[in-house]
Amino acid sequence: MSQSVTTDELAKRVVNREETLILDVRNTDEFDEWKIEGGSVHIINEPYFNLLDGIGPVAEKLNKDQEIIIVCAKGGSSKMVAEMMEEEGFTNVYDLEGGMKAWSEHLEPVKIADLHGGGSLYQFVRLGKGCLSYMAVSENEAAVIDANRMTAIYERFAEEKGVTITHTIDTHLHADHISGGRQLAENTGGTYHLPPKDAGEVTFDYAPLEEDNDITVGNTTIQVQPLYSPGHTIGSTSLIIDDQYLLTGDILFVKSIGRPDLAGKADDWVGDLRETLYDRYKALSDDLIVLPAHYSFVEELDEKGSVKARIGDLYQRNPGLQVEDEREFRKMVTENLPPQPNEHENIRQTNMGKMNPENEKQREMEIGPNRCAVHG
Amino acid sequence: MMEAVKVLDAKGMACPMPVVKTKKAIEEIDSGDILEIHATDKGAKSDLSAWAKSGGHELMDVAEEDDVLKFWIKKA
Repeated sequence: MSQSVTTDELAKRVVNREETLILDVRNTDEFDEWKIEGGSVHIINEPYFNLLDGIGPVAEKLNKDQEIIIVCAKGGSSKMVAEMMEEEGFTNVYDLEGGMKAWSEHLEPVKIADLHGGGSLYQFVRLGKGCLSYMAVSENEAAVIDANRMTAIYERFAEEKGVTITHTIDTHLHADHISGGRQLAENTGGTYHLPPKDAGEVTFDYAPLEEDNDITVGNTTIQVQPLYSPGHTIGSTSLIIDDQYLLTGDILFVKSIGRPDLAGKADDWVGDLRETLYDRYKALSDDLIVLPAHYSFVEELDEKGSVKARIGDLYQRNPGLQVEDEREFRKMVTENLPPQPNEHENIRQTNMGKMNPENEKQREMEIGPNRCAVHG
Repeated sequence: MMEAVKVLDAKGMACPMPVVKTKKAIEEIDSGDILEIHATDKGAKSDLSAWAKSGGHELMDVAEEDDVLKFWIKKA
C-alpha cells in the first residue's frame, strides 16, 4: 500500500523551499499549461497511460530510494503509478491526495505583519493558482479581502483566532476565480463590499466600496481606506490598511501590472490604468507596502512564502511602471496579451450572481493558471 | 456513422480507469477496427486523445450527449 501526502504537507515544503521531486503523470498538454512550482521543486512529466505496460519510462530516470511525490489530476492515477513503482522496488514514493484539483484549492496562510493595537494582517497564498487574499484581524473582528471560493478555510482560521468575520471586500469583480466574498459574508453575518462601478449588473445586495467610506475592523483600531484605482476593471478599488499596506487588487503586482481587457474593454480602460499607476499611486507614500491579489512567478514568493514589496521600490524595478511614453504603454497593455483565463466570462457571470453553477462545475471553471497580468 | 466493432461502457469510472479499460479493449480488436467508448469523467477527453496519439491510434470522433462523452478510436 503506497503512502499519500496532503496538499497541506506539500505546501509547507514548497514555502519552506525544501528539495522536492515531483513526478506529474497528467497528459503533457495539461502539464505544460499548469503545474506545481516552487524554488526547490524539481518536476518531471510522464503521462500515466505511458506507464500502463510498465514503469520503464520513469524507472530509468529515477533512483529506487529517492523520495518522489506523484501527482495527477485528481489523485487516482498517481495512486496507481505509486503502487506500480513500489512493486518495482521503489521505497520512498508518495501520491498527492486529491491531485491538482486539491492543489488548486489549497490556501496557505502567511502572517504579513502586526498592525497597531494588537491587530495582524495575513496573506492567504493560493499556490496552485497564484491568487492572494487577505485577512485583517483586530480585537475580536476580521475583514477578508478578495476571498477565494473555499470559504471554509477563512472561517476555520477566524475561529482559531477567536474572531468574527464582519466584513468581506472584493477590490473588483473578479474574472479569473470565483469570489467567496458574498458567500463568506452570508455565512458569518458580515457585510459584503464591492465597488459600485463593477456591480452594475449584480443580482444581490452589497455595500458600496467607495472612497471616504472607511471600514473599521475591531472597535476602534484598524482602518481600511478605499482608494479608487480603475484600470483592470472600471470599478477597481485599492485598500490602504492601517496607513501602511496598499492592497492593489489586480492593478499592480510585484513583477508586472494588471491587464485591462478581461471585460472586453482594453481600449476604454487603458487610460484609467495608466492614470492609476502613473499618477494616483505615485501620489501616495513611497513606503507603503504593496500587497497584490495575484502573483505570476514563483520567484515572487519571499523567504517567508509571502508576496509583497515597497511601492517606492516597484517604481524603480517593475517593468510596467517604467514606460514613460503613453503610446508605448497603450501598446504594451493592449497588444500581445497572454490568453484570457479559462472560462473568464462565466466566472464574471457567476461573480455577478447571474449564474449559479453547482460546486463541481465551479471547481472545473477555475482549473488552470490565472493570467491576470501584463508582463512588460 | 462509423461502425464500431465493440462498445466499452466506462461511465461512472474515474481516472485512470477509462484509459486502462480502453487499452484492454483495444488489445482485443483487430487493426483498423473501431472501438466506441462511453465515459463520464471529464478528464477522459484530453487523456484518451493523448493516449490514442501516443499509441498511433486514430481518434475519429468525439461527441457529448447528456453528460456522456463518446469516443470512436480506430486501432492502428
